Amino acid sequence: MSDLMKVSSNPHIRSKASTSSIMLAVVIALLPAAGFGIYNFGLDALILIVVTVLTTVLTEYIFEKLMGKKVTIGDYSAVVTGLLLALNLPPKAPWWIGVVGGVFAILVVKMLFGGLGQNFMNPALGARCFLLISFTSIMTNFDCDAYTGATPLAALKAGESVNIFNMVVGKTAGTIGETSMIAIVIGACFLILTGVIDLRIPGSYIVSFVIFISIFGGHGLDFSFISAHLAGGGLMLGAFFMATDYVTRPITMKGQYVYGILLGILTGIFRIFGASAEGVSYAIIIGNLLVPLIEKATLPKAFGKGGAKA
Amino acid sequence: MNSVKERLVNGLIKENPTFVLMLGMCPTLAVTTSAINGLGMGLTTMVVLALSNAFISLLRNIIPGKVRIPAFIVIIASFVTIVELLLEGFIPTLYDALGIYIPLIVVNCIILGRAEAYASKNPVIPSLFDGVGMGLGFSFALTCIGAVRELIGAGTLFGIHVMPDSYVPCSIFIMAPGAFFVLASLTAIQNKIKIAGEKKGKDMSKIQSGCGSDCMNCSDMGCKNRFYDEKAQDKKGEEEKTND
Repeated sequence: MSDLMKVSSNPHIRSKASTSSIMLAVVIALLPAAGFGIYNFGLDALILIVVTVLTTVLTEYIFEKLMGKKVTIGDYSAVVTGLLLALNLPPKAPWWIGVVGGVFAILVVKMLFGGLGQNFMNPALGARCFLLISFTSIMTNFDCDAYTGATPLAALKAGESVNIFNMVVGKTAGTIGETSMIAIVIGACFLILTGVIDLRIPGSYIVSFVIFISIFGGHGLDFSFISAHLAGGGLMLGAFFMATDYVTRPITMKGQYVYGILLGILTGIFRIFGASAEGVSYAIIIGNLLVPLIEKATLPKAFGKGGAKA
Repeated sequence: MNSVKERLVNGLIKENPTFVLMLGMCPTLAVTTSAINGLGMGLTTMVVLALSNAFISLLRNIIPGKVRIPAFIVIIASFVTIVELLLEGFIPTLYDALGIYIPLIVVNCIILGRAEAYASKNPVIPSLFDGVGMGLGFSFALTCIGAVRELIGAGTLFGIHVMPDSYVPCSIFIMAPGAFFVLASLTAIQNKIKIAGEKKGKDMSKIQSGCGSDCMNCSDMGCKNRFYDEKAQDKKGEEEKTND
């Protein structure tokens, strides 16, 4: 359909934003986290990121060529998926983990459901959960040259004390992109300032998570416990970069708050009561699945419809 | 004997219960964690299917139309109980592996479907071989799914190590999601072959594919006539007329 056909009644909002410009902004916003990951974990992390991004882009290109569809790798969405997936992998994961995950993310989660805009769950997270279930021992082994032992969240769950300063800066064990809160927040600020994302989902996500763990976490309003939970694990990366994914978040404004609160509660449940230390990926995926219901429940009334009966 | 062969081919390929008719999905998805489990489930179902088909066909003129479903269930359940006790006594490992899915064969829609659509309208010998053919088709499909899942998810085939030692098993394939991945892929391959055959000008109209049993919205209006032997049905119709 040509662009001329997409006409709705005025007033119109004009914007220069396009899929590729938005995706490019996300790629730029992810660079601090990726850069810190490479600095922190060394060459292994760089190789894994490059392999994963190449795989996602190539998979999309080959699939669209084979199926005789328009090649859409120019919109950078495959790059975003690859980069997000790589940032969610442990630094010492073998290169083929990136390849398997990249192919699954693009082929199964995205293209088989109709490509960008049709996928019902975040491709990078779908692939991460696929890998986590398939190759549990590889995906939960965070030992590397710089750090050995448990991730801060696992240590916290075991009742050990953690160094919050190191967690905020990012000098801890973890996946490539999740360790540094500072780098992620820098990228998130860039996205918020350029108007790509707003604070509705991340804000309600983080606030509801904090409320949940202060009630059920067993430490009350302990500042160091709460800040360790915020800085540790994938919460920041998930809240700013994955929960806000345009395709898989609700489009209604009220729905976005509901979605954020739901994610906060689910993450809290998984972290506090679950068997594993981390729960952001599963929380967001379950949230993704509930998006159609949330949208249906929060659909705003059209102007002039509903309201008080005369 | 022509109709015996035709029935076997029909069950195995033309109307393969799993890949073509999409029946009996519950055991298909649940027990195919390995090739041997799939084969065991398929053969168990085949025995029940063949015996219940033959028995229902024998009794088809005695069972009143209005209570035929309860009557079919009683016959099927008897055979399932026999098979269950035999399995428990002689192959306890398979009995443990299949678990709850053996008693659930009673409500397997392939068995009830064949009883309703074929055995209750056709003579004994074709009904028996219809059951054998459908059972073979089911066993074939379950073994295929189980083999693929076992190969990818555990690196073995029928319990024998076949993948190189460096292969890391992708364990999601022996869990529930893997069943859906493999079934979808195998059905897609089956459809691909069918479409390629149609392009060559072969008559593929007798092969249904991906029937979602949603008859209301299905364009394939004539499919009902393919479920049973039309000639046998005509004969039965004549018999009824003479009885009147």
